[in-house]
Order: sequence, then C-alpha cells, then structure tokens
Amino acid sequence: MDLLYSIFIDPFVQMVQVPDLFVQTLWEGLVSGVLYALIALGFVLIFKASGVFNFAQGIMVVFAALTLIGLYTLLGRWGLGSGHFAAFVALALTIAVMYAVAFGVERLMLRPLVNQPDIILFMATFGLTYFLIGLGEIVFGGEPKIMIAEQLYLPKGSIDFKILGGLVSLQKIDIAAAVIASVMVATLAVFFQKTRIGRALRAVADSHKAALSVGISLEQIWVIVWFAAGIVALATGIMWGARSNVSFALQIIALKALPVLILGGFTSIPGAIVGGVIIGVGEKIGEFYWGPLLGSGIESWLAYVIALVFLLFRPQGLFGERIIERI
Amino acid sequence: MFYREAGQYKSSYEADAAVFPLRQDRIAIAAILLVAFVVLPLTASDFVLSSVMIPILVFSLAAIALNILTGYTGLISLGTAGFMGVGGYACYKLTSAFPGINIVVHIALSGFFAAGIGVLFGLPSLRIKGFYLAVATLAAQFFLSWCFIRVAWLYNYNVSGAIEVPTRTLFGVTITGPTASPQARYLVVLCFVVVMTWLASNLVHGRIGRMWMAVRDMDIAAELIGIKLYQTKLLAFAVSSFYCGVAGALMVFLWLGASEADSFNINQSFLILFMVIIGGLGSLVGSFFGATFIWGFPILLRVLPDYVNALIANIHGLLYLPGRPIVWVINSATVEHLQFMFVGALIIFFLIVEPHGLARLWQIAKQKLRVWPFPY
Repeated sequence: MDLLYSIFIDPFVQMVQVPDLFVQTLWEGLVSGVLYALIALGFVLIFKASGVFNFAQGIMVVFAALTLIGLYTLLGRWGLGSGHFAAFVALALTIAVMYAVAFGVERLMLRPLVNQPDIILFMATFGLTYFLIGLGEIVFGGEPKIMIAEQLYLPKGSIDFKILGGLVSLQKIDIAAAVIASVMVATLAVFFQKTRIGRALRAVADSHKAALSVGISLEQIWVIVWFAAGIVALATGIMWGARSNVSFALQIIALKALPVLILGGFTSIPGAIVGGVIIGVGEKIGEFYWGPLLGSGIESWLAYVIALVFLLFRPQGLFGERIIERI
Repeated sequence: MFYREAGQYKSSYEADAAVFPLRQDRIAIAAILLVAFVVLPLTASDFVLSSVMIPILVFSLAAIALNILTGYTGLISLGTAGFMGVGGYACYKLTSAFPGINIVVHIALSGFFAAGIGVLFGLPSLRIKGFYLAVATLAAQFFLSWCFIRVAWLYNYNVSGAIEVPTRTLFGVTITGPTASPQARYLVVLCFVVVMTWLASNLVHGRIGRMWMAVRDMDIAAELIGIKLYQTKLLAFAVSSFYCGVAGALMVFLWLGASEADSFNINQSFLILFMVIIGGLGSLVGSFFGATFIWGFPILLRVLPDYVNALIANIHGLLYLPGRPIVWVINSATVEHLQFMFVGALIIFFLIVEPHGLARLWQIAKQKLRVWPFPY
C-alpha cells in the first residue's frame, strides 16, 4: 500500500504542492529534449536521404566541437588573437573540415558500398565511429574542453521568473539552443520539401537504382547530405558544449537519440523534435519524481524503456511512414 | 591437391550429412584439439594462457552467441554484454547460495538465467525488427548495466560494488579464485567452449538452424511455409542468451577473477558485434576467427611500440642528432587510440572487400587448396 502510494500518488502531490520545482524540471527536460532532438536530426537527415542508419552521428558531434575548439586555440597560437573574429574564422574552418569529412566518407566508405544491404552500411558507420574516436583522441587529446561560447556571441547567465510562488531560472543558452533548433528544423523542412536537391535526396532514399536511372548523382547527394549532417552535428556540439564541457563521454549520451528516433519515426524531421521533447521531459520528470524510489540513476535507461513500450503499440513511430511489407 | 575429396566415398546418409565429411577436415580438427588440449597447456606461458587464450575462448563463445542471434536469425542485438553480465552475476549468486554444488554446474545453470532475461527482452522482436530491435536490445543493455550497479543484492552488498570470485575446485584441482593456475582455468574454459560449439554446430545444421535461417532470409515467406515466427525468434533469443550467460560466467569466474558493472558495458557489446562482423555473419568458425583477430590484434599493437621506439632511437642514433631530443615516441595512450582507428578502418575495409568476413576468406583458401596447382 505504501509502495503504491509512493508510486501513484506521492509524485503528483509533490508536483502540485511545489509547482515551481515542477516547472523547473519540465524546463530542464525540455532543454535536454531539444538537444537530443538535434542529434536525432542528424540521424534523420542521413537516414532520409541515403537509407543509412548513421551510428557515427554522436561522434561527429564530438568531433565537430573538438575541431572548433582546436582550431580556435591554434589560431590564437598563430597570433590571430582570441576574440570574436578568430572564433568565427575557426567556425568557418570547422565547416570546411566537416565538408572534408563528408567528402572522405563518401569517397572511401559509401562509394565502394553502394547497393549493399542496409545492415552492412550500418556496420560501416560503426567502423567510422571507432575511427573518428581514435582520430579525435590522437589529434585533440582526451581531456574535456571548454566550448568557446562567449566568443561566438552565445548568451550567458540566466533569466529568473517569479511564478507560482517560487523562482524558475532559465539559462539563456538553453533558450538560444531551442531557438536555433527550431530555425534549423524549419530550414531543413523547407529544404527537403521545396528545393530540387531536397527532392533528389528523397528519391535517393527510396531507391538507389531508380534515383541513378533518372540521372541523380548519388555521389553528389551523399556528400551534400553528410555535409548537412556534419553542420547539424557542429551546431549540436556548440550547444551541448556550451552547457557542459566537450568530451568523448558525449558520444554515449548521443545514443539517447536512438529512442528519440523510435518515438518520432526514422524519417520524420518534426518527429525528431517531438520525440526529443517527449523523451527529455519524460526522463527528467521520471528521474526527479520516481527516481528516488528505484535508487536514482534511472535516467540512463528510462528513455529506452519509454521507447520500447511505445514500439509495442506503434512500430513505425509517431510520424513515421507506415511500413507495408510485400513478399 | 592437398584438400581433395577424390576417393572418399560415402555409403550412408549419416556420413554424407556429417559436419566434417572430408578426411582432411577430420584430421585437421583432431590436430587442433590436440594442440589446444595437450600442447598449449604444457608449453604456453602463463601470460599467453591467461591473457590471450582464455579471453579469446570466452569471446569466441560470446561471438557464437551473437552469431546465433544476428548471423543466423537476422536479429541485431546490442545487448550482448548485458546478457553476459546476467550470466556472471547469476553464477556468483548461485555459488554463494549453494557453495556445496560444483562451480561447473553453476556456470552451466547461470546460462538459463540469462536465457530467461533474454527471452524477456526478446518479446518485442515479433513486432519490430532491424534497427528498431537494435534499440530495444540497447534498452536491455542499459537497464541491465544499471541493475549491476544499483541492485546491491546482486553483489551481496559488497562495499566495493564488485564481485570477488570465491575459490572453488573441480576433482580436487582449484579452478577459480586467486590461487587457480592458468592451466586449470584454461582447460575448463576450453572444455566448455568445445562442448558448446559442438552443440551449436548441431543446432544450426539441424531443423532449428534452418528455421532460423529461413526467418533471417525472409520472415514472411518463412511464416507462410509454416514456421512459427514468434517461437523461432524467441528460441533464438533464448539460445543466444544462454550462450552469452555461460560466456559471462566464464569471463567472471575463470578469466577476470573479479568483476564490476563496468566489465559489461556497452563497449563490450560493440566489441563482440565487431568480432561477429569481421569473423563472418552466420559462421561458427568465423566467430573464432573474429574473436582471435579482434583480441589478438591489439595485443600485437601493444607489443609493437617497443620495437618501433627502439627503431626510432636507432635511426636517431644513425642520423647522429645527439643534441636534439626524440620528438616522436609512441606511448601507450597513442597506441590505444591508434588501435581504435585501426579497428574502425579495418571494419570498413572488411565490409568493402569481404562483407562475409574472415570465414569467407577461409572458404576461398580451402577452394584454392582443393584445385591447386590449377587456377580453377
């Protein structure tokens, strides 16, 4: 009885009694949800446009962020100073590096693997993950680094609201992350639906052979889409790095994007955002109110279990296209 | 020439359906077993036995487990290490609850606990497949890892949060615990691996294995010819997790000697997946190749820097630059990262050059031997 009370009633009583804490938790969840969504967005981009489930998206986030910081320090050492200008030069250079990565991936990995089964391509991105981890550690070192948020004109500090008889504080950087995520999603949605390249991307996702036969250059499309995913990774890396440090541990956190994808569906860009928010909020609320019952730390698996339960009822995700199977 | 079936006639269906129909194969396998059971324990050093052979055998078993699920049944699993952990912890609980029963029995029994958990997490596999299932097994991995840390009952409320393997004997010989000799541990692991590989070989060559492969190749078609999908998939999960559990118990009791939750983290799952991919999906012998390769390669790399550094120093001396310090020395951290890069690059390389893994290379080699000295 006591247990049932503490599971089904007590958390809700707490929510009502201390509403400001509830709102704060909700906001925290929302923000981490947006960040999960940003990673998931990278996955969706590549999956939508090449049918490849890109396991390396997480490490691409870390890699992009580390490249940015590394280039910034390098520029500082070369005497370009350490102000806003150097930061933006570093940003531009990082984008160039991400393009190089996309180009290399296409040339060395995807091109020889064209028309292989999905599982083989999936495994290949595993290889890419390990490769990038090793490369990143050798080039940048393993210790956590501080993101150059201030130099990139990202806001710092927090805004406090006095509502519901308490204090709710919102980090400005979180608000910026939410705004940037929304802008990115909107841009990508327009890009996919309205532009020529967007349509070509969707054609490639449907069938490699058919796309080739109507004259779409597979090579070009792959470079474009991996480059776009690289830029999304860079944005994610900056945002996430500005909240905490940039380290390789982020790569494991990036796995959280997988349940987000399942919730939202592998092919839906809005789905990634909605799924991210659901997972983020569910996780934080679950951890805060029900976590102590189980001995805390449930954040590490709650997202997966939410996704698992969800899968049983709607295997194609919230916004995913219905899977029709034929023999 | 060397490997030809000429003159070997079969007079019964049993002989024709044998796993090793050729005399050369039977001789080879007997020779390998002889080396493994007699020559290695007598000649190999303790280091080779306890840090090379035992891990390779344990990982081979785990790779067979994953191969049954992924290679034969086509269900991707990223929760291998979690299921191995279930086996390890179950064995620990069993041997502390019933210290009178022999440890070997406990190791075998712990597989059933893992199988139970495996079936539980395999339940969604009817409705979902492919990447979705991979995420579902990821849920198992993270949930189980969390259990190994938070559920203190599993490690008998030990303050350190780790399990210490008690000393147990078999026929009067100590086989677990700190005093066990590498030879004894190696032989016990080897017996387990040989017996379980033999069982797995019979499973995958028989009716059940064919059911699994039918499900892998096209599940709807398999259903139409009368294979019950749900039972078949769950059976694959159960058998695979059983093997995982035994591998985990062997890992804790006969290899590591002590274990904490970190031994069963997600990276371990990935490692075993790589072994299966590089070894060859859907091949038992490939599991051994993959485990040997992935485990042996880093050991080689670890030995390598000493030589390379010596070489660099030599060149340095030859070039006669005594005033300048040696700039480029490979240290162990760099080696570890290089290892990551190499493994990653190798995976991509293998997928491009030979998507069917080392097992296919072995087949090609056999074919070449068969027709030698002719090209085809």
